[in-house]
Amino acid sequence: MFEKTGIASREMVMEKFPPVERINKGPVAVVECYQKIPCNPCQTACPVGAIKIGEDINNIPVRDENLCGGCGVCVARCPGLAIMIVDGSKSAETVEFRIPYEFLPLPEAGETVIGLDRAGQPICKALVRRVMNPPSFDRTPVVTLEVDRKYLYDFRNFRREA
Amino acid sequence: MKEVELLVIGSGPAGLCAAISAASSGANVLILERSFRPGGQLIKQTHMFFGSESQYASHRGVDIAGILLKKIEEYGDRIEIMLNATAVGFYEDNVVTVLKDETKYFKVKARSVICATGAYEKFLAFPNNDLPGIYGAGAVQTLMNVYGVRPGDRVLMVGAGNIGVIVSYQLMQAGIEVVAVLDAAPRIGAYLVHASKLARMGVPILTSHTVKEAIGTDCLEAAIVCEVDDRFRPIPGTEKRYDVDVMCISVGLSPLNELLAMRGVAMKYVPQLSGTVPMRTESCETNIPGIFVAGDASGIEEASSAMAEGYLAGLCAAAKLGYEPADFAQRRQEYLDQLANLRSGPVGDRIRAGMKISQL
Amino acid sequence: MRITQHPILTFDRGKEIHFTFNGQPMKGYEGETIAAALHAAGVKELAKSPEKHRPRGFYCAIGNCASCQMVVDGEPNVRTCITLLKEGMQVETQEGKGRIK
Repeated sequence: MFEKTGIASREMVMEKFPPVERINKGPVAVVECYQKIPCNPCQTACPVGAIKIGEDINNIPVRDENLCGGCGVCVARCPGLAIMIVDGSKSAETVEFRIPYEFLPLPEAGETVIGLDRAGQPICKALVRRVMNPPSFDRTPVVTLEVDRKYLYDFRNFRREA
Repeated sequence: MKEVELLVIGSGPAGLCAAISAASSGANVLILERSFRPGGQLIKQTHMFFGSESQYASHRGVDIAGILLKKIEEYGDRIEIMLNATAVGFYEDNVVTVLKDETKYFKVKARSVICATGAYEKFLAFPNNDLPGIYGAGAVQTLMNVYGVRPGDRVLMVGAGNIGVIVSYQLMQAGIEVVAVLDAAPRIGAYLVHASKLARMGVPILTSHTVKEAIGTDCLEAAIVCEVDDRFRPIPGTEKRYDVDVMCISVGLSPLNELLAMRGVAMKYVPQLSGTVPMRTESCETNIPGIFVAGDASGIEEASSAMAEGYLAGLCAAAKLGYEPADFAQRRQEYLDQLANLRSGPVGDRIRAGMKISQL
Repeated sequence: MRITQHPILTFDRGKEIHFTFNGQPMKGYEGETIAAALHAAGVKELAKSPEKHRPRGFYCAIGNCASCQMVVDGEPNVRTCITLLKEGMQVETQEGKGRIK
């Protein structure tokens, strides 16, 4: 189905997530790259060598959850915008996502937005915690959002209330 | 008649890289560009490119044009870019005829030529496909990303290859509604990360769908789409209407290389490379010594490969002119390795097959 | 029809250029093509086809397809998608193949 719709199945998504215990320890990158394509900026971007692609740039990136500190440099560098940071260390009820968002107007910290799943369907409310858009991100802003834990594997995007 | 050492036709990613590469070896280069600005189609690519650092991956295409043009400037004494200059003929004595500013017509005689003329967008046959509002997806990208003009309010994208999904995403960035992306193929042709970007914005991607007809009198008002079976035949009763004022056609590109055919270069129809392409060596040289090809003119691929091919063709063309750098063999191998790497994965299957057929 | 805010791009429009379309005064900006300025003004029909007089709009934006050919300052078959706007230009819908003077 993924090849027909562009929407990854839950099984595919879960495979890219580290165990919940790791998520609860602190921020970590989830690299949703499912297809072998010639691309390796995530590997180049990672300051600690936690994302590995290897000699053949078509290889699917592998993220080492123990090396990855969730710094998020890769998020704005991935040409496919396929990387997000998840952090479950802040609360038992919620999880924080850091996702790329290249649309205007940008949300503001403190704003409640509508959380969307991988099909763009509304699933929950999300609280915007932070919006980062420094020059080093090269016009790919990264938005931090707080979302109910039960949407850990579903939340992927948001839209502002009309 | 103007005489030059190396003539590069086209200033897109392949042409610019070819010129930089040749000039860095010491060759004097004239670039002909038919547009009033250099950079080819890079100038409207607002997305980050794939590939590796060698092909400026993770930079936006529009910025890569800037990077390459800056390098061209560094070789200002060896590279001349002539804008508004269309190469209209290519003759056996290596004379290229040029139409400059639509009014001046003159000849350029080149010792060596690199043809980097790019590609054009294919079209699709359906009733009323000539209505204003039905535009090439690349053309719409130019309109909105170069000129900042909205093509319309509601768009139907036909074609789920990389251009189709990328332009759809960019339409949304410009605040324009995309109602759906459809493709006759049973699978999305684009890199799936691009498709996912669109899917999570709520845009449906409809595979095994085609346009049945367009509706409108002075311009497009609606599109009727339908499902197709596994042999691409429309399935009756599956029609759906979308009220749209823009339809973008993104059903592939065809190589633009008539100049090479005119010159007598051996050409071959290679479906894997999306059209008729010149036969060439591993070093991008055609069967006529000193005439090279690079980029989409040699077969449709990504801009990353076009740049690597440009660097390779420029290096080899300059070497033939007597400008062989000390590290020639090493650099040549490096570009070949880059190309092999870019094409080695499953998305490169077709390209590799096409390369085999078109190799001299 | 102009994009005013964009997450990636900034549009530094040049100075205003005045031209006419079928006699009507129009405005565009320096550095843009005739077709872009017309589209920004909401003009989609640029020509009529030679035989069936069907409306023709812009298509390729690279000067390759002939769909956007118009009569500019009396000269027919000008590819408006790649021709820059100039002050005082007289742009007209082209009927058919155009007549070369």
